[in-house]
Amino acid sequence: MDLKYNFKPKSKWREKLGEKFIAVNAFAALIGIALIFIFIFKESIPIFTDATVHEEVTIEKMIKPQVWKEGQEARYSWQPNSTVPKYSLVPLFVGTLKAALIAMLFAVPLGVGAAIYSSEFASKRLREVIKPVIELLAGIPSVVLGFFALIVLATILQDSFGLTYRLNALNAGIALGLAIVPIIFTVAEDAMNSVPGSLRDAARALGANPWQVSFTMVLPAAMPGIAAGIVLGFGRAIGETMIVLMASGNAAILSGSFTESIRTLSATIAAELAEVVFGSPHYNVLFLIGTLLFVFTFLVNLGGDIVLNRLKARFQGRTR
Amino acid sequence: MRRLIVAALAAATVAVPALAGNITIKGSDTMVRLGQRLAEEYMKKFPKSVIQVSGGGSGTGIAALLNNSTDICMASRDMKPAEYSLAKSKGIDVKRYSICLDGIAIFLHNSNPVNELTLAQLKAVYTGEVTNWKNLGGKDAPIVLYGRENNSGTYVYFREHVLKDEDYSERCQTLPGTASVVNAITKDPNGIGYGGIAWATTVKHAGVKINDTTAAVQPESEAVSNGSYPISRELYFFTRGVPTGETKDFINWALSPEGQKVAELVDYIPLHAEAAAANMIK
Repeated sequence: MDLKYNFKPKSKWREKLGEKFIAVNAFAALIGIALIFIFIFKESIPIFTDATVHEEVTIEKMIKPQVWKEGQEARYSWQPNSTVPKYSLVPLFVGTLKAALIAMLFAVPLGVGAAIYSSEFASKRLREVIKPVIELLAGIPSVVLGFFALIVLATILQDSFGLTYRLNALNAGIALGLAIVPIIFTVAEDAMNSVPGSLRDAARALGANPWQVSFTMVLPAAMPGIAAGIVLGFGRAIGETMIVLMASGNAAILSGSFTESIRTLSATIAAELAEVVFGSPHYNVLFLIGTLLFVFTFLVNLGGDIVLNRLKARFQGRTR
Repeated sequence: MRRLIVAALAAATVAVPALAGNITIKGSDTMVRLGQRLAEEYMKKFPKSVIQVSGGGSGTGIAALLNNSTDICMASRDMKPAEYSLAKSKGIDVKRYSICLDGIAIFLHNSNPVNELTLAQLKAVYTGEVTNWKNLGGKDAPIVLYGRENNSGTYVYFREHVLKDEDYSERCQTLPGTASVVNAITKDPNGIGYGGIAWATTVKHAGVKINDTTAAVQPESEAVSNGSYPISRELYFFTRGVPTGETKDFINWALSPEGQKVAELVDYIPLHAEAAAANMIK
């Protein structure tokens, strides 16, 4: 092989310029994100400070159950356009978590399983087909997945399980799962592929069969990467909007059932922001939901990062 | 869904270079079809004018009107007090023109044995007091409620006139656009929904009775225009101040017998001839 490494000595000022250019870009991105967060947060501030807003909504009303009608038990309800506006965030939170939970139950085994198969068992030719096809799934616009769930999946689920509600948490969760399978698959597959071949050879030399190699050696070694894929997928499941807007039925019901309709935080913003009166308490609450989603995904990513580093440290045998 | 398609179409038309006599119309999803047909026919008649129509909902249209990004706002409801005061604070004198009427039809699955409902029954169903079809003379099956997003003009109208300002049941599933509601009922034998009558072709319309003693009325053109159908409303065009030029001509044409005929052809209900003439801009 004729490899030619050609390191041209670069002039100092060009190097400096390049360095500065990259730094400016990185800071621009940081500032952009900070500004977005400040804007979203700023629009939700009146909820904490404004007395006229407090007549309609307070943090307490959003979190604790309220008695809205005499003689009725206290309840959580989201009815912002009612004569007495009700802004309980609890059913929205529960709905979001329900959808994300089903999505993860659906997508993690599928994504990780496909990754194990593709990286450990499939022949090279087959892998070259599987990988791009699953990654192509990531390119399907979520509105198409939502439409599929609305028209096809909902009918299949209703007919096979005899469900009362066509559009429900299960339906939305599975469609959401389809959207995050490629994310989990890609990241997990890359992690397993990057486990050095010499480790596999060593395990085989010790007499391990392919199953033992994959499950007791490769899988633990690739665990940090797999965990990262799962965390990324979860973040997407929390924030994904179009699919849940179309497939969940958008009824803010607070229950433990997975076959009833749900309303998620992100779908609520999408459905209501377009028509809300600007600057009204309702508008502020929608921005508060945006802030919460922002903080929530940030925490999930942060938590994921910490877990990741711990795992990395453990599997690489480092101690502190 | 429809909202997206309309948005895409609107984005596509924006690329066309602006011409003199260009009118933009934006707002209620219920009225998108009306606006588009009126614009089409008007442009056929006056090839020099260009009219762009897009949906997004009544509230979106009103916001666009107040932000000066549309000439005419279509709305299936009157402006809220908060919106009127916002307009006032911006120094905008909003004018309202009633363009035609719309009946709100109650949609049922074709296989549903229930054919008529009283207003009281409708209220009980949508507030969640009655949850089984057998209480309404149907089979023993749970009622599955479908409605519009809580910012839709239709949602607000229905709450005011049928629920008498009480809250919808929290089990009511809210869908974006009347087309989605109709589609849901088509697939759900136990479903019930509501929406403008121009949309429903694949579902059954329930007859509506004011009370137990009156006869059920079907949401047909004649019944809506003479007021015997109990849930009907006016559909509006809003403008910033009294319109002039092309916008004025267009609104007056929409109110002319010719324009009203176009509305009727796409299943909206024309105003009485005298009322239409009285609404015209002098």
